[in-house]
Amino acid sequence: MTFVAKPKAHHPRLPLNEIGLTRRDYEGSVSTLCAGCGHDSVSAAIVQACAELSIPPHRFAKVSGIGCSSKTPSYFLNKSHGFNSVHGRMPSVITGANLANRDLHCIGVSGDGDSASIGMGQFAHIVRRRINMLYIVDNNGTYGLTKGQFSATSDKGSTSKKGAPNLYEPIDLASMALQIGASFVARSFSGDKSQLVPLLKAALHHKGMAFIDVVSPCVAFNNHDGSTKSYEYIRKYGQNVVNADFIAEHEEITADYQPGTVEDINMPDGTILRMYKLDENYDPHDRVGALNYVQRRKEQGEIVTGLLYVDPDAIDCHDILRTVAQPLNEMGELELCPGNSALASINESYR
Amino acid sequence: MGVSYNDFVIRFANVNGSGSASANGMFAKALFRMGIPVATRNIFPSNIQGLPTWYEVRVNERGYLGRRDGVDIMVAMNAETLVEDVASIKPGGYLLYDNSKPLAKILRRDDIIEIGMPISTMLLPEFVDAKQRSLFKNITYLGALSALLNIDFEVITGMVATQYKGKDALIAPNIHALELGRKYAYEYMVAPLPIQVKRSDKVGHRIMVDGNTAAGLGCVYGGATVCAWYPITPSTSVAEAFELHANRLRIESGTEERKFAIIQAEDELAAIGVVIGAAWNGARSFTATSGPGLSLMSEFLGLAYFAEIPAVLWDIQRAGPSTGMPTRTQQSDVMAAAYASHGDTKHPLLFPATAKECFDFAALALDLADRLQTPIIVLSDLELGMNDNLSEPFEWDDNRKYDRGKVLNAQDLDNTEVFGRYLDVDGDGIGYRTYPGTHPEKGAFFTRGTSRDEFAAYTESPEAYEHNMQRLLRKWHTASTLVPAAEISQQDNSQQGNKVGILYFGTTALPMPEALDLLVEEGIQLDTCRLRSFPFGEEVRTFMESHELVFVVEQNRDGQMRKLLINEGEYNPQDLISITYYAGLSISAEFIKGEVLEYYQANKKLPRLTQVQS
Repeated sequence: MTFVAKPKAHHPRLPLNEIGLTRRDYEGSVSTLCAGCGHDSVSAAIVQACAELSIPPHRFAKVSGIGCSSKTPSYFLNKSHGFNSVHGRMPSVITGANLANRDLHCIGVSGDGDSASIGMGQFAHIVRRRINMLYIVDNNGTYGLTKGQFSATSDKGSTSKKGAPNLYEPIDLASMALQIGASFVARSFSGDKSQLVPLLKAALHHKGMAFIDVVSPCVAFNNHDGSTKSYEYIRKYGQNVVNADFIAEHEEITADYQPGTVEDINMPDGTILRMYKLDENYDPHDRVGALNYVQRRKEQGEIVTGLLYVDPDAIDCHDILRTVAQPLNEMGELELCPGNSALASINESYR
Repeated sequence: MGVSYNDFVIRFANVNGSGSASANGMFAKALFRMGIPVATRNIFPSNIQGLPTWYEVRVNERGYLGRRDGVDIMVAMNAETLVEDVASIKPGGYLLYDNSKPLAKILRRDDIIEIGMPISTMLLPEFVDAKQRSLFKNITYLGALSALLNIDFEVITGMVATQYKGKDALIAPNIHALELGRKYAYEYMVAPLPIQVKRSDKVGHRIMVDGNTAAGLGCVYGGATVCAWYPITPSTSVAEAFELHANRLRIESGTEERKFAIIQAEDELAAIGVVIGAAWNGARSFTATSGPGLSLMSEFLGLAYFAEIPAVLWDIQRAGPSTGMPTRTQQSDVMAAAYASHGDTKHPLLFPATAKECFDFAALALDLADRLQTPIIVLSDLELGMNDNLSEPFEWDDNRKYDRGKVLNAQDLDNTEVFGRYLDVDGDGIGYRTYPGTHPEKGAFFTRGTSRDEFAAYTESPEAYEHNMQRLLRKWHTASTLVPAAEISQQDNSQQGNKVGILYFGTTALPMPEALDLLVEEGIQLDTCRLRSFPFGEEVRTFMESHELVFVVEQNRDGQMRKLLINEGEYNPQDLISITYYAGLSISAEFIKGEVLEYYQANKKLPRLTQVQS
């Protein structure tokens, strides 16, 4: 835990984004997580992504469940409302928030315990409903706040800090998201900011359900030999397939990826999603192929990272429900109440 | 034998899924359209097809709408339940049955009148299709009843025409089936019977509708834009009614887009979660469920209580515990709703008694939730929710504004020196809130289920925690001044004032006028208190304290409302006499009368009206 309060003043030459704000305007409170926790890197990446997108910092709604991951919405975007709800139920709360005001950018932060165990049902169903949001799982394979029990994403055979092996099959949330309708699915690593920040930006611009599984090591309980969610393990076995870069319409393209196949996707909002395919055989538009690829690599002990799948023309829940463009929470009697005159025929129909 | 008019109970025994509901509904509607007060009750199994189902109509000129034991006319169309159906007929009553097969000797009773009609045989040459034949059986007995009870035939044929408008090919065969039955009754039976109907003016301007429909419509009028729910009997029709009416009344002209969103959630936990998320983000939202769903929603209700988020929950109660009798009525979630969730929680409750009150309370609950920033639970039940009954017509005051409670917009925030989400600025225990995304710099806060200070910052300070919990109690007191007051009627015809009262709520009000009349015949006159909400207002305390004895009538085993009164009002338990009925049918006037009378007989000192005492 960091005990030093953040200074209010910032460096005068801190770069300004398009709306004249610095990265500091997107920060949150001081983290109370352990020093070196992967989750803090994810929060920092969110700060950077949101600042670079130049979205006004109060136009987000941050919702989480319970656990270490779910504490993190306090640590970014202080100017937006946050909601630390109940364990495993972030998806339902953020569904309501999104229905109430479709104009806010919804960020849901969850963990592997929160989404793969107690909240498995809600995770599956929000993906099915295609809520327009960024769904991040800070995936560390362990229950941190209750001191190191295995979670449902722990690999079979990986060991606890005390050396006991996990006996059960792991749940791969990215594969599940692919299977049940997410239109943007990525996996990343909290230690790879150059991969994670562009993915976050692309996900925030994506219309529909954008799911990112971020392997985020727990330095206190799951960063030892025998863990498959440690910094060392991910650096060794992580396999990047498609790097993504989000490019605003007028932006100069500066990404410095290794050369590979490049594909630009023109997004409906005029921006470009540039993809750098590191494996030429990988097709990020093929949902079933992506599922297959991830599983095959998994069998070989590798963790596929990067942009796994994207459908740039996806629809969201508001399209499905055919709701009005105006946010529902802005409407009053005038828009919503049919008035007494309409009751005459209604009463008559019950006579 | 004299003819009695507009006073009987008729029961239709059918097989679930045989299409009887439509014919039986037409029967009740025809009487209603003749201006005669009717109360309908569906007694149905937890089943789609094949199990027995009954439909009961109480016809009563005096307007008594409660259930009455004993059947005057039994329309027995289900061979499987024939034994119990015949047994339930009052002596002197009638049995209308299909005598295509003769009635078993063992079923014969010499104290009832059998009216046989060979419906199956009659229809055999008329309708070729077996399924049609089976459906038209119901229409045929309806035709016979029109003759037997002297129902205006034009009223029924008019309804057939309305019902099948657009499917004109169905009109003629329906009318034909009606006429077959009617003709048979005139030719081969003694029609009309000494039990008859005749036109009346007792319905007045009232409508006939079920409570769940009224609740759904009330949510449309009250400005609900988000509805999240999970199917569960007997609450499902609340969400369905909301959708039905919203699809007509909440469509934006031009774009044809919807000014509402409905989510059929994966479970009740998600349903209440969606409601809370939507309300946190400033949309009026509600869910509808029944007992098992209320249990599942309890964790979230505690969060909404503590984090102070509006939510409206309709609990259409059924017989518990557990799955209990899912298609039977009860008022057994009173305690579970009042104190739903762990820790020190309590929630305002509303108890509607009529469809009109369901409509009114739907909009009121949305106002109260916003004003009090807390979940409001409306406790209806299957009896009210799923049965068509007489109700005052729906009304809306076009000058009425939604009470969105204490919400600051961007301009308000600019004019506010200090914003603290949980600061009790006005002394009523209610803080000011902002919706997400309101202002670039001010008014954002973090909502959490953990303890926090007045500025919404996390704290485990004992003082801050206690301070907050005490403020929530102040808010609770404010709630008691805002929820609808109990309806109290005091008799003043005794010099000392009446010392005995009777208290009830929700559908227990239905048989009460009849029960009170029956008791007066026994020399017992009771003051009445119909609770309409919890927390109880001052008027309830005055009522309780001005009576030596109060009967508390309710439909659950444990006298939950009595316990709630004792718990919250600290009344002497000996002064509250419990009358409970919980067998799953609705409570009857005879039952209430019997229980009160029994108590009076055991306690002879209790005062009775002088003219009866002498």
